[in-house]
Amino acid sequence: VETLWFSFLAFMITMYVVLDGLDLGIGALHLLLARTDAERDEAAGAIGPIWNGNEVWLIAAGGVLFMIFPKVYAAAFSGLYLGLILALWLLVGRGLGLELRHQLDNPLWRQGCDAVFALSSAGLAFVFGVALGNVVRGVPLNRDGYFHLPLFDILNWYAVLIGVFGMTVLAMHGAGFLALRTTGALADRAGRWARALWWPSAALFVGLIAPTYEVRAGMFTNLRDHPWRLIFPLIAVTALAAAFALQRRGAWARAFVSTSLFIAGLLAAAAAGLYPRVLPAYENRPYSLTIDNGIAGETVLKTALIWWPLAVLLACSYFGFAYRMLFRAR
Amino acid sequence: MDDYVLIDRLQFTLTVTFHYLFPILTMGLALFVAYAKSVAYLGRPGRRLRLLRRTAAEREHHEALARFWAKIFAVNFAFGVVTGIPLEFQFGTNWAAFSNYAGGVIGTTLAMEGMFAFFAESVFVGIFLFASGRVSPRLHWMSALMVFAGSWLSAWFIVATNAWMQHPVGYTGSGGNVEMESFWALMTNPWLPWQYLHTVVGAATTGAFVIAALGAFYLLMDRHGEIAKASLRIGVVAALILTLLQIFPTGDRSAHAVAVRQPPAFAAMEGMFESQEGAPLVIIGNPDTEQRRLESVVEMPKLLSFLTSQRWNQRLTGLDDIPEDRWPDSVALVYYAYHIMVGLGTLLLVVAAAAAVLLWRGGLYSSRPMLWTLMLAWPFTYIANIAGWITAETGRQPWVAYGLLRTQNGASPVTSVPAGTAVFTLLGFAGLYVLLGILFVLFMVRIVSRGPDDRTLATAGSR
Repeated sequence: VETLWFSFLAFMITMYVVLDGLDLGIGALHLLLARTDAERDEAAGAIGPIWNGNEVWLIAAGGVLFMIFPKVYAAAFSGLYLGLILALWLLVGRGLGLELRHQLDNPLWRQGCDAVFALSSAGLAFVFGVALGNVVRGVPLNRDGYFHLPLFDILNWYAVLIGVFGMTVLAMHGAGFLALRTTGALADRAGRWARALWWPSAALFVGLIAPTYEVRAGMFTNLRDHPWRLIFPLIAVTALAAAFALQRRGAWARAFVSTSLFIAGLLAAAAAGLYPRVLPAYENRPYSLTIDNGIAGETVLKTALIWWPLAVLLACSYFGFAYRMLFRAR
Repeated sequence: MDDYVLIDRLQFTLTVTFHYLFPILTMGLALFVAYAKSVAYLGRPGRRLRLLRRTAAEREHHEALARFWAKIFAVNFAFGVVTGIPLEFQFGTNWAAFSNYAGGVIGTTLAMEGMFAFFAESVFVGIFLFASGRVSPRLHWMSALMVFAGSWLSAWFIVATNAWMQHPVGYTGSGGNVEMESFWALMTNPWLPWQYLHTVVGAATTGAFVIAALGAFYLLMDRHGEIAKASLRIGVVAALILTLLQIFPTGDRSAHAVAVRQPPAFAAMEGMFESQEGAPLVIIGNPDTEQRRLESVVEMPKLLSFLTSQRWNQRLTGLDDIPEDRWPDSVALVYYAYHIMVGLGTLLLVVAAAAAVLLWRGGLYSSRPMLWTLMLAWPFTYIANIAGWITAETGRQPWVAYGLLRTQNGASPVTSVPAGTAVFTLLGFAGLYVLLGILFVLFMVRIVSRGPDDRTLATAGSR
């Protein structure tokens, strides 16, 4: 049961990164990619009706983390305090920049909102990467299950690298979605950006293997000891290769699926490599929070096993419905 | 300023109070948007629902009102979303010890809020606002209903969480942490139904006064004649019903729950420093906690005993019979918050009743004093809503989970979140929220001054 919940949580986080990742990617490139006011309007319109639903995956994943692994929730959020609060502020900036830009028909107002939207989105893509980097690297958990990382320790070299990687991949992901959802010069430019960003994404992907081994060799031995888990990195590699070919053929729908699978494969590989740890301590240090010592009581798990699949089914049907409608309304 | 628990409390007070200003109107307007859409869609002569049947012109007005309210709703909703996320995460950032202690119980209700309510709400808000005119009328009407259902469902789960903190049920363990024993007990918490109804009816009251104020404003400005009248009519009738419900039974039953289950909070609310038989109901009075007495009192003899127990001479427990370490840490704050809520609630009922009488007699649309009153009444509904929550939350002190965990012991360890760090984020939130508040007011003024005739749509990329 614990393993099941570990996978469900990983699934929700993956959904968040894939879905809101495209909003963040589009946001990060907003100023560079969409040049004129009309283009920026179109870019914002491409995610206008969906960004909020996508963001709910984060809120819901946070709620499920709180429910299933309360100790991890308490430790991670208080330990990474400043990083977390920074992310919250950026989420405010992203949401309002996007929602308020069309409320005033004034060029300066729009440019201001565009800048807030773009910078917050880029910042968020980076901060979420940093968060992932810290989880992979581990945190200095103490005996009571807490830790404290000052801001500049949150921004350690490894986490920053993962942050940059996250920003690059999400930008590629978002640009691909924009190429799919828009037309004309904007779509062309988005396509060029997506193709160009493939190279740094691939380079960072390969380049980060060694640093990851440096901070958490256990991840690799973990995968080696359970060979079936190698399927996740394999999916990531295949999807990345497929994205290359599909982007160049201009098959943006399938290219978008590929970049989604690439992100999902990466996150699943990280989760599989960390399992059974949910919030690991530094490599070879005690007090990691695992699926055994961090989990909630049995009643919670059993009750949730009844309602959670139902809720996910409902949520997915809303999303399927909304996205289909959106694509038809084009 | 180095008391880190105080800083954490101030930050939560600031963020939760500021956030809640938006859901009040989200829940309130969602109800009225759903109603107006239902009339516009279901009110055609051929339909069976006689109650909603209207003439073509009236259906047109309802459609126009729904479209107009949706614009206010859209901005309000966006502010609610962005200010709401910090709350869920602050349980972990600033209240890690409490999360650790109670996550095994309240994690479930919080997760369910996200899974069941927020997905439905956010997706259908997207459809409702973005796809107006691009989807079938039936789907558009249904998405209005889903938005309403989602927002009221989310209130259920969040109030269920709060009800557990007010009156913990269905848990086991007490030392290091608590675990949920029965989900059913959580959902049937005796505290929950009345607190929920009191909360959502309060929000709906704000919605009613806001649309009445919009109608009154346009009538006074001599704009949008028929639509303004429809807005005013709906608002006034709803305001009367809702303010009545707010006092009885929801308010009465909520106070009763406090009297039975949180005697110290009840004594503080009523300013009752001494236990007494035939306790009076204090209408006005200034509590002096040092001297343990009320000054400048206007009271109704024996009424409090009667309201609480239906017996005039019932003995009620005052603060003197309760150990001081179980008193709320500010008796005066609890007392004033409660009296402000009750006082405003009563005044709002009087306003709504007077307006309803005028409406019935046919003089409302031309009575300028009444229109002025209605135009200016809505802010007091916000104050009453917030004051009610301050009563509930400060009345529960010194506990974060009543009788189980003291607030002092619920904050994140100072080793994880130093006081200085928390001061920085408190200041950051304060600055950010001042800016957001200014922007919100600017946009509201703009939407209202443009009025229902403005045909621009309410969401991004729909120019």
